[in-house]
Amino acid sequence: MMLVLSFIPAASADAQDFPKGPINYMNPFNPGGEVDIAARAMQPYLEKNLAQPFVINYQPGAGGGLCWSKLAAAKPDGYNIGGFSIPHIILQPIFMKDVTYKTEDFVIFSIVEYTPIGFGVKKDFQVNTLKEFIEYAKANPGKVSCGGVGKFTGHHFATLQFMKLAGVKVNYVTFQGTSQVQTALMGGHIDAAFTNSSMLVTTKDQIKVLAIGAPQRMTQLKDVPTFEEFGFKMYPRIARGAMGPKAIPQDIQKRLEKAFLDTTSKPEFRAKMEAAGFVPQVMGIEESHKFLEAEAITIKQLAQEFDLKRQ
Amino acid sequence: MDLLNHILLGAQVLFTPGNIFFCFIGVLMGTLVGVLPGLGPTAAIALLLPNTFHVSPVTAIIMLAGIYYGAMYGGSTTSILVNIPGEAASVITCLDGYQMALKGRAGAALGIAAFGSFIAGTISVIGLMLVAPPLAKFALAFGPPEYFSLMLMGIVILIYLASGSILKALMMAVFGLLIGTIGMDSISATQRLTFGLLELSDGVGLIPAIMGLFGVAEVIANVEQEIKREIIATKVKNLLPNLQDWKDSFWPMIRGGILGFFIGILPGPAPVISAFSSYAIEKKLSKHPEKFGTGMIQGVAGPESANNAATGGAFIPLFTLGIPANSVIAILLGAFMIHGIQPGPMLIDKYPDLFWGTIMSMYLGNVMLLVLNLPLIGLWVKVLKVPYPILFPLILLFCLVGVFSLNYSKVEVALMIGFGVFGYLARKFQFEMAPLVLALVIGPMMENNLRLSLVISQGSPWIFIEKPISAAFILVSLALLISPFIPWIGKRRRKLQEKVEGEQI
Repeated sequence: MMLVLSFIPAASADAQDFPKGPINYMNPFNPGGEVDIAARAMQPYLEKNLAQPFVINYQPGAGGGLCWSKLAAAKPDGYNIGGFSIPHIILQPIFMKDVTYKTEDFVIFSIVEYTPIGFGVKKDFQVNTLKEFIEYAKANPGKVSCGGVGKFTGHHFATLQFMKLAGVKVNYVTFQGTSQVQTALMGGHIDAAFTNSSMLVTTKDQIKVLAIGAPQRMTQLKDVPTFEEFGFKMYPRIARGAMGPKAIPQDIQKRLEKAFLDTTSKPEFRAKMEAAGFVPQVMGIEESHKFLEAEAITIKQLAQEFDLKRQ
Repeated sequence: MDLLNHILLGAQVLFTPGNIFFCFIGVLMGTLVGVLPGLGPTAAIALLLPNTFHVSPVTAIIMLAGIYYGAMYGGSTTSILVNIPGEAASVITCLDGYQMALKGRAGAALGIAAFGSFIAGTISVIGLMLVAPPLAKFALAFGPPEYFSLMLMGIVILIYLASGSILKALMMAVFGLLIGTIGMDSISATQRLTFGLLELSDGVGLIPAIMGLFGVAEVIANVEQEIKREIIATKVKNLLPNLQDWKDSFWPMIRGGILGFFIGILPGPAPVISAFSSYAIEKKLSKHPEKFGTGMIQGVAGPESANNAATGGAFIPLFTLGIPANSVIAILLGAFMIHGIQPGPMLIDKYPDLFWGTIMSMYLGNVMLLVLNLPLIGLWVKVLKVPYPILFPLILLFCLVGVFSLNYSKVEVALMIGFGVFGYLARKFQFEMAPLVLALVIGPMMENNLRLSLVISQGSPWIFIEKPISAAFILVSLALLISPFIPWIGKRRRKLQEKVEGEQI
């Protein structure tokens, strides 16, 4: 099939000589975060596939909202693309009045991976299980500081969901990226954090991981129970990949989709991602948008339950 | 042995043709900007940063670091031969170095400056190697309140050491903090002071600001005054100092190296302060303090060693905490980010190749500099003879092209010119640039850590006092701010001011 396809001339000259220059990949968070780890892992394959430099630049701030506001306004020529996180790009346009993008402004080329969100506490914290933590938090309402990245993000929602289901109140502290959350938790500057499985896998010996938001236990974290095991039906996760302004011409969209799919279907790439605590995915434009729509329904339902105000 | 393994790792990283080549380019460029008055390492690193985008992070850092310590070598050449300090850190070298040159001993002065820099550079690299990794472990104890207080102290120290009035330095620092608030709020994405310009939503770029304040402003200021250049006409010979020179200089070099390293760790214009302090110490320890200023070789050896060692010390806060101690390190910090490296306590653990590779490159760089400086002095003298009507427009051109090539943004070019004009005027009224630049860099980090601290403490400002490390920093800052009002300390500060006069880094 691929053989046949490769003999069909491309629909337009545009796509045929795309890309002619470096691809500028905007990273919405700090270096060392999940978007960055995935992008750095893809970079060599993408550069080979596209025969152009794949330049990663960092635009952290406002839980990614700063970067995506800019990406939505960028020239739709395929040279300006960026990383994204779901549910952030669903939630921010609804709740943050200062972000200037809408979820519909973008075309998603590919969802590359997702990470379940888990819960950890600092090493010398006095609790050892989620049950003990809940007891402690109930006795000290609002006193436990709990880190996460940004507001109206996956971590923020996981915190809200947990507070509601467990009937506790914690003090949510927003950071600019998971690498900062990780350093703060390891240094004991915050008591607890909702953070990504990838971070929990790499730092599991320096903190105490109490629960993971996956339907089943993760192979990389065999000893960590799921929230479901405690009776909390919550499965928070963050899915990530690459997107660009929607007005990018169809054939260029297809070219980028192919570059990402060729990369993410490589077994060695998948192995690398799994070892780092990710759940790798191979999704093209159509599947990615279906995934986005499904996630949007669940997450909007949750948002209604929390009775959040636009700010 | 752990250390040995690390050294081997560093050597492995360094000894590739590419990295050796970039190390060479770095020290060569460094020496060149050190020789040229009006272009310092800050502007040079800012200028070359865009050219490092396509190489690996460690290669980029190796080259940029080379510019920094290379400039310290080059700076001495002009001080000795022309009595014009190529670098602020070499101001003090003029005193005895030029006198030595007048007495026909330019060769010995240049030679001892190069050897001193080499020996002290080595001391400082060893210090960096031994001190940084344990310190990085300790750095995990730094949370948002500690970071905030430390940065506050950094700015206060810089203000305290200002060569002019404290009030003016304070004004510049506050102005820098204000400029730092331009752009999108990092927590709620609210636009602040951007006037609808998309280019400003990221904040004011550090590089246009630095190129304007240091490059453009310097050129305008230099055009105004005619610099007298009396290059020692006689041929420079006998670069190798004699036995007596070595005897006289050995301890000043060692003392200068150790002193420079520790001053380097502190925030502020370390190479300048350490050179002045070393001169003062040598004068005090000498049996013939009255002869200083008439061509004493100790007066060259000490300060030249100290300013070189200080560059190594300045890497410690960068590698362990991710905090820039001065404007040169601030650009290096930016380079880390551009190359996808999160600075902070985890850096040495996560990127051992970067840390040890950079350190090993400093050894090699110091050897290269020794080789470059001794036989090539004739060439540097020729560079000094380039007429300013050619040199200054060239520098201006480099600045314009350099800034534009960053993001192809005309707004940033305009910003640079604006900062240039501002820098020129500020200089005329004896306002210093250093507090402004440091505040501009640190401002957004400070704001972020302030807000995080207050969220953690649920709005209580006492968190900065309750944490012991943070409380200590706050205490030092307060003491420094209050001290000028106490008469006898005020007098000593004025003395210190006289020492740091002319500082620009």
